[in-house]
Amino acid sequence: MSWHKKIGDKFLPFIGFIILFIVIGMVNHDFWAPMNILNLLRQISINALIAFGMTFVILTGGIDLSVGAILALASAFMASFMVHGCDPIVAIILATLIGALLGAINGLLVTHGKIAPFIATLATMTIYRGMTMVYTDGNPITGLSDSFWFQVFGRGYLLGLPIPAITVIITFIIAWIILNKTPFGRHVYAIGGNEKASIISGVKVNKIKILVYAINGLLAALAGSIVVSRLNSAQPTAGVSYELDAIAAVVLGGTSLTGGYGKIVGTLIGALIIGTLNNGLNILGVSSFYQLIVKGIVILIAVFIDRRKAA
Amino acid sequence: MNVILQKIHKQFAQNVVLNGVDFELLDAEIHALMGENGAGKSTLMNILTGLFPADKGHIIIDGKTLQFNSTHESEEYGITFIRQELNVWQNLSVLENLFLGKEIRTKLGFLNKIQMRQLAEDKLNELGISLDIDKLVANCSIGEQQLIEIVKALMTNSQVLIMDEPTSALTDKEAAILFKVMHKLKANGVSIVYISHRMEEIFEHCDRITIMRDGVSVSTRLIAETSFQQVVRDMVGRELSERFPAKTHTIGGEIFSVSKLSGKRFQDISFSLRKGEILGFAGLMGAGRSEIMRGIFGLDPLDTGELYLNNQRLNIREPRDAIQAGIGFITENRRDEGIILDFSIKENIAINNMYHYTDYGLINKRAEVDFVQKLADKLLIKMSSLNLAAGRLSGGNQQKVVIAKWLGSMPQVLIMDEPTRGIDVNAKREIYQLMNELAASGMSIIMVSSELPEVIGMSDRVAVIHEGQLMGILEQHELTQEKIISLATGEKDVVA
Repeated sequence: MSWHKKIGDKFLPFIGFIILFIVIGMVNHDFWAPMNILNLLRQISINALIAFGMTFVILTGGIDLSVGAILALASAFMASFMVHGCDPIVAIILATLIGALLGAINGLLVTHGKIAPFIATLATMTIYRGMTMVYTDGNPITGLSDSFWFQVFGRGYLLGLPIPAITVIITFIIAWIILNKTPFGRHVYAIGGNEKASIISGVKVNKIKILVYAINGLLAALAGSIVVSRLNSAQPTAGVSYELDAIAAVVLGGTSLTGGYGKIVGTLIGALIIGTLNNGLNILGVSSFYQLIVKGIVILIAVFIDRRKAA
Repeated sequence: MNVILQKIHKQFAQNVVLNGVDFELLDAEIHALMGENGAGKSTLMNILTGLFPADKGHIIIDGKTLQFNSTHESEEYGITFIRQELNVWQNLSVLENLFLGKEIRTKLGFLNKIQMRQLAEDKLNELGISLDIDKLVANCSIGEQQLIEIVKALMTNSQVLIMDEPTSALTDKEAAILFKVMHKLKANGVSIVYISHRMEEIFEHCDRITIMRDGVSVSTRLIAETSFQQVVRDMVGRELSERFPAKTHTIGGEIFSVSKLSGKRFQDISFSLRKGEILGFAGLMGAGRSEIMRGIFGLDPLDTGELYLNNQRLNIREPRDAIQAGIGFITENRRDEGIILDFSIKENIAINNMYHYTDYGLINKRAEVDFVQKLADKLLIKMSSLNLAAGRLSGGNQQKVVIAKWLGSMPQVLIMDEPTRGIDVNAKREIYQLMNELAASGMSIIMVSSELPEVIGMSDRVAVIHEGQLMGILEQHELTQEKIISLATGEKDVVA
């Protein structure tokens, strides 16, 4: 393989993102306005966080449909803690732990329950959403806190960057280190590559899978707390279909849905592509109905290009 | 059909695989194609059958220069390649497999089961194969599945059949049926290219033999006019003085023992293993040898039994426990259970020994490369880089990667299940040499093998299993093929 083809393969999602970024900006210069770029970064933060967790799950060869519901349930708990006088920071930490627990339950069902990930998380998606409805009685939880730290978490800026974007960057760095530098990360890839060989090589397959689903739940809840801060309320219908955007970001980033192959940086770019599409098409005045069609087509194109690369 | 391949060249990236190969297949002959792994046999046959084109060279069939653009085209023309990895559908019946993609329809477009059944039965009768065509393929033995592939190829009247290592997973009985079918086909004018590492079979059943080495064809000879030694010489380019290297190890005291082990497919197995010993496990396919090993290693549950290592009772519930106790296990299914094809050589070898070079939870990449490189060097793995994907290595080199991985976890007892299956002569000898070195360094090895010469040539003692029972353990001076076979087939009295 020649060098330019190698570079092309490695940076394909990135090149796609750059082209999209340039084309949309050329049609409407408002897209390139600094305020809009910052806005874009904030908009992608929710999807990027969930997609990071989803990358772990998909690398093991699994899938998690329940992240949107975990986001909603953890958000509801967080808001309710705050209504009862809990410190916002403590509430965020508790919410993320609840998210991790809900994720770990998915992991237990997949490993010890031996249920296919798609089915297990389809069921928990429904259960967690139902629990959110029961817990909130179907109503938003509002009037949370005017605490500075709480508001800053979803709405603030640091050094000119939106705080949620900074959260994404920090999470990205941690996820990258875990996947590339630790035995745990290596084992995540190994399980997706060949689960039987991993078991025989002494990899704690069940434990790692449970942890991976827990990480996914934790990040969904973290994304949820950003939503709560931004809206200053918890919505029982928050996060509906977020799992699909997250899966789309992972796939756009070149991660194999059968597991074993993929990169976290690809997922970040995947989230940027989806965010750019949403934001850019809005600025171009494309109706949200058409936006859905465009997003779907972009995913198909990405998969086709990816397949040609593999051949 | 007469097939001539002329000066075929093929290069993948920087890697020259074929460098001007000549090959001629005559009408109605069984032509053996031999060569080490990576010599280019499969690539050559893939070019013939149109999986990918040659860079240079010609394919001349019955005097016409041809070029197939897909395996489908070559099959239409009557040339079928039966690959090592079987291409059957486990969830369908034998009949459905035979006609998959070529179903016969009624006028209304429905399946014409009556006609398909008739054709299939006629074909099976013609070949002298007895097989229930309504059986689910999942319930067929590997040998039967192999036959299904062959029959499927013949349903479309193939004139050339290429078989890649067809007998590597067959019992002797199944192999015998296969050879009978091959001779019948030859009598009907079909030409067969027979790729195999098994010298005995080739000398018994083939007419001519072509040897490939490093991307060229070294020689084509009549089987009647060549010898075992000549073939080996052509294949490795030098004389192999003997198949099994001399042993240098001395055997110590008992280190590992198994007492009254019972599981799903074996009962009441007791044996002990001494330090620096190679203990062979012989028996027929399906006798339960692999199952015993899987039980010891914690892969399958045991009903009863006790394991002792260094006089310590072991409590093994999963493979991880066995590894921590100091046991390693190279399974017989390299692709399914041994290697991770998408992982690099380095990542494969590192998978169970990363703790040697993990500091503060992070893998020390430089130490990892050092550690892995040493193992790769010890095993003489042929590779351009440690970062090469394992899936791109030949079978022999993949096996070396798996062995290197296990050496990295430094076990006291290493279980090797069919360690040289589907591996060329040269790599085999390297692995034998390594086993002797490991034993000499004090490692104890359990080797399950279905190749009798290997069992006799490598083992210090041999345990023989028949239908899940341990029939006896033969000392080195009692080791003969006849003794092992009679025990393996259940004639217990010969030992006494």
